Amino acid sequence: MIRVEDIKKNFGKDEILKGISTTFDRGKTNLIIGQSGSGKTVLLKCIIGLFEPDEGLIYFEDKILQDMNEEEHRDLREDMGMLFQGGALFDSMTIEENVMFPLRMFTKQNKNEMLERVNEVLRRVNLENVNKKYPAEISGGMQKRVSIARAIVNNPKYLFCDEPNSGLDPKTAIVIDNLIQEITYEYNMTTIVVTHDMNSVMEIGEKIVFLKNGVLVWQGTNDEIFKTDNEDVTSFVYSSNLFKKIRDIQIKEQ
Amino acid sequence: MKYLKDIGSYFLMLKKVFSSFTKGSVLRELIFKEIDDLIIGSLPIVAFISFFVGGVIAIQTALNIDNPLIPEYLVGFATRQSIILEFAPTFISIIMAGKVGSFITSSIGSMRVTEQIDALEVMGINSINYLVFPKIIALLLYPFVIAVAMFLGILGGWVAGVYGEFSTSAAFIEGLQQDFKPFHVVYAFIKTFVFAFILATVPSWQGYFMKGGALEVGKASTNSFVWTSVLIILSNYIVTQLLLS
Repeated sequence: MIRVEDIKKNFGKDEILKGISTTFDRGKTNLIIGQSGSGKTVLLKCIIGLFEPDEGLIYFEDKILQDMNEEEHRDLREDMGMLFQGGALFDSMTIEENVMFPLRMFTKQNKNEMLERVNEVLRRVNLENVNKKYPAEISGGMQKRVSIARAIVNNPKYLFCDEPNSGLDPKTAIVIDNLIQEITYEYNMTTIVVTHDMNSVMEIGEKIVFLKNGVLVWQGTNDEIFKTDNEDVTSFVYSSNLFKKIRDIQIKEQ
Repeated sequence: MKYLKDIGSYFLMLKKVFSSFTKGSVLRELIFKEIDDLIIGSLPIVAFISFFVGGVIAIQTALNIDNPLIPEYLVGFATRQSIILEFAPTFISIIMAGKVGSFITSSIGSMRVTEQIDALEVMGINSINYLVFPKIIALLLYPFVIAVAMFLGILGGWVAGVYGEFSTSAAFIEGLQQDFKPFHVVYAFIKTFVFAFILATVPSWQGYFMKGGALEVGKASTNSFVWTSVLIILSNYIVTQLLLS
């Protein structure tokens, strides 16, 4: 479980986060959604420690991130897996080396044990026969899957995904979404996904946090988001013609 | 104000280079890779330039001596002095600022743009130590490159001087041995270590702290070359003043 309490973050005079408080539950895919510039990625980066919030507290279970010493910080980061928007795979390493990297850094396993684990997680993300390829030699969707494999190879407690579907076709995007959700259940992780993709919201949004201009304006589930009267949320949800048409059809049927 | 901030960030980076070390076995592999990229990979261009510039120095010296009172061995003497004191350590370092410096900046800059550095940080790895420390260790072998440049520069001078009929082999070799001060070689290698540190850290700093996209990676590489060259020239002056004056 991750809890944030009154998180504020400014960049110069720009107030990016204006006091966000919420809880992200274990064993669920928690989504942070909102328009571009709403502060989703900044909130995520505050949680994973890439940005330091100006005010507020971040709890990992019962421990406060800001109060942790260097060793506790390092231990916490070993428990984190992150899927970056572009994959962030290391260009100079093969797929196998990329996935093996966290094991080499943080475990004392021998090469055979590491290889066994790498093959296991690559199979889990439905990738085989790519071990010796470089990231540039595989497709964007495959890169995302490798990135997921690297994120989970060390059995993390927390999985963070920054716009996992960006640049992917709708079908591959659904595959990635479902994979994230399945892995969340399997590993009983606290998963936080930053997205503005409504398909993801419908597919895997067990808890949704909606941000607008750095303020949390709504939170609920993927069923509730289509029933809410909150104007900010409805204007975001029904900004696409597809969803508008579906809503119109539903209204006609009623 | 911006310059002060930049200088501050450079020294803060240096502090982080020598803290929270990456796991030894991983670091060892990274060091060997950097030796291959930065040292072995630079040898062909250094050898080529040194040999021909050494030849040019010998020819220029010979062509500018028209006084019969000046001994013939001066061609070998001037070639040795120019190459050991300035050409090999300083001139080659400026070339390395272009070759190795741009490589370091663009590779670290690309990692910044594609969030690979963020990925390292999220994993709890001190990315500055992981990226910069192996480069500093690899460039401890930089004096080897400069020794090769010295040898090939003098060899190039001998080939051009003798086969171009500007000097006899005996006179050239006499010039090489004339008034030889071993401290000049020590001075050259001390300079080389200073330049090696600049070559490893300044381009890394430029790449690590760059912001933006692919275009900014190019700009950072250019800045890296400018800053590295300026610092090499300045430190050359300071070390020369300290050691030779």
